[in-house]
Amino acid sequence: MKNALEIKNLKAGIGGTEILHGLNLTLPKGEVHAIMGKNGSGKSTLAKVMAGHPDYEVTAGDVQLDGKTILGLDPDVRAREGLFLAFQYPSEIPGVTIANFLRAALNARRPEGQEIDAVEYYNELYQKMDLLKIDRSFTSRAVNDGFSGGEKKKNEILQMAMLEPKYAVLDETDSGLDIDALKIVAHGVNSLRGPKLGILVITHYQRLLDYIVPDVVHVMVDGRIVKSGPKELALEMEKKGYDWVENLAVA
Amino acid sequence: MSDAELQEKPDLQIDQDQGNFSYPEDYAFDAGTGLTDKTIDYICDAKEDPDWVREFRKKALKVFDEKPLPTHWASKDLENIHFNDFRYYLSKGAKPKRSWDEVPDDVKKTFERLGIPEKERAFLAGVEAQFDSEAAYSNIKKAVAEQGVIFVGSREGLKDHPEIFKKWFGKVIPTADNKFSALNSAVFSGGSFIYVPKGVKVKHPLQAYFRINAENFGQFERTLIIVDEGAEVTYMEGCTAPKFDSVTLHSAVVELVAMKGAKIQYITVQNWSPNVFNLVTKRGLAHEESEIKWIDCNIGSRLTMKYPGVILKGRKARGEVLSIALANNGQHQDTGAKMIHAADETTSNIISKSISIGSGRATYRGLVHIPRHLKGCKNNTECDALLINTESRTDTYPAIVTRGDVSKVSAEQIFYMQQRGLSEGQAMSLSVNGFVNDLVRQFPMEYSVELKRLIDLEMEGSVG
Repeated sequence: MKNALEIKNLKAGIGGTEILHGLNLTLPKGEVHAIMGKNGSGKSTLAKVMAGHPDYEVTAGDVQLDGKTILGLDPDVRAREGLFLAFQYPSEIPGVTIANFLRAALNARRPEGQEIDAVEYYNELYQKMDLLKIDRSFTSRAVNDGFSGGEKKKNEILQMAMLEPKYAVLDETDSGLDIDALKIVAHGVNSLRGPKLGILVITHYQRLLDYIVPDVVHVMVDGRIVKSGPKELALEMEKKGYDWVENLAVA
Repeated sequence: MSDAELQEKPDLQIDQDQGNFSYPEDYAFDAGTGLTDKTIDYICDAKEDPDWVREFRKKALKVFDEKPLPTHWASKDLENIHFNDFRYYLSKGAKPKRSWDEVPDDVKKTFERLGIPEKERAFLAGVEAQFDSEAAYSNIKKAVAEQGVIFVGSREGLKDHPEIFKKWFGKVIPTADNKFSALNSAVFSGGSFIYVPKGVKVKHPLQAYFRINAENFGQFERTLIIVDEGAEVTYMEGCTAPKFDSVTLHSAVVELVAMKGAKIQYITVQNWSPNVFNLVTKRGLAHEESEIKWIDCNIGSRLTMKYPGVILKGRKARGEVLSIALANNGQHQDTGAKMIHAADETTSNIISKSISIGSGRATYRGLVHIPRHLKGCKNNTECDALLINTESRTDTYPAIVTRGDVSKVSAEQIFYMQQRGLSEGQAMSLSVNGFVNDLVRQFPMEYSVELKRLIDLEMEGSVG
């Protein structure tokens, strides 16, 4: 499909153990989808496999970005093709400021010798920071170095805003956040919503979906999507618990 | 590494294209290979050395012949240096050039290949560059000369300014200090002689670029810098070398003398090709209330052994060594610092950062000597190592430092950066630059830019 991120019958795992057992999902551009699932259902594996983490191997199926397969491409090529992953546990890069890191990431998307102009860059950076209500001093800090959980997630959202991906996967973006931090992050995601971006929110709790209201909710059990539905499905999940869908999976 | 591994070095797969260029050998003087009394006479005749220098060289050769290699503590790889296979003297026979216009085109081309931006070239107006053993050109900034500063090659220094030169030459680093200082004392040529008169603060850094241009040609520059009472100077030395098939030996001696209240900052950024043995002795003598600061960046070479030091001779003297060492596949950076406190209230600061990549090995050796009877002395030693991939190794001797961290560039960190669109090489390069960042910020601007470029090149070559 031209305007969608498609996961087709994806089978993948790590160290010879299959974790995703034929997963299907279509995220059209402009929509926000949520994947809900318990710990160990394979949610984070899905995120890493899509981004091309070297530890995971794909044994069957396909992942297509606007109709083009991205499996087999290096992680940085996938990123430049327009796939963004907001990490559950973002890495620290001591000594490298957020401003310099983002500039390097933007320059990596441009032809050699056509680096982004400094004034143009800072204009855009400050504009995005204002939009996300992030203090100006934030980007002079080293990437995630000594950051609180909330600051790390804020940084992920800022990078997503600056890199302007076609599709963004948010892996457990709510984990470790108090309610205030959660609201800030949700505000960021909501302000980036639009026809040019498809967002896949991976979460364990329904809570985040009070703030980022999805168009479609998918329920994941044991490496498969077992149920999809409108946003109300999240509430139903909250009420009935995972046992309810697990029974569906068996049936 | 085991001894067997050292005997059979793997091919060094390092992208050093930036330094990979050479020009036709055209030497009016060539001492041939090997090192005997005859070689010394040849050098003395070619250089028209005064008698006292000839005597100095011959004594030094004896010391060199008698001293064993320091393999009881240093790398056994030193045994792979075949001293008789080297040429110990080469000269263009040309007089040092005085202005940019007179600089030979091939030297200008070298600067271009080094990627020195136009802006910085203008800044290099006060540069003295060495092309092989003699200064191919030297252009002393007019303003500097007017201040009474002497900035010449070591040859001119000992001939034209013997009264100052002789007083300090070989006094900070005696011939017998180690085998390689003895070697340098026997065959030295090139290097700089600088004298800054009392109270003169030299605004622009004095700068020299060194290259090696002939296969099997060892380079033995000798630099002596004397800064008189209350005077200040910054000296910058940069090295790149073309790629050769056989081993190249580089063994410099640098002596600094800071008189009362003087300040000397000596900056080195070197990028040797991976077949070079770089065995350098650098030491400063700091009198009362003076300050000597070594900034030392070592990239490349097969084996580098270098421990810049300061003898804190006068009360309240201050010594500092800031160093960065990058050991890529097959390379060994054995670097460190020596601080000899010899007066009350002397202070010293050592900050060392090393990066080991692949089979690269970085060793830190520190010596801080503070006799018990001295009062109010302080030392700070920080020693951080960054390891890139599991084969790398790093050692610290002695094990005790004020503060030391070993960190790794993890696969997760690289994946994170790649997910933002950076290639693996760019990601590693950024990690390394981040690791040295707080130290590099203390460097003069143009040197931090050049260092960043060298790290980028080195990291690009290490991926794959």
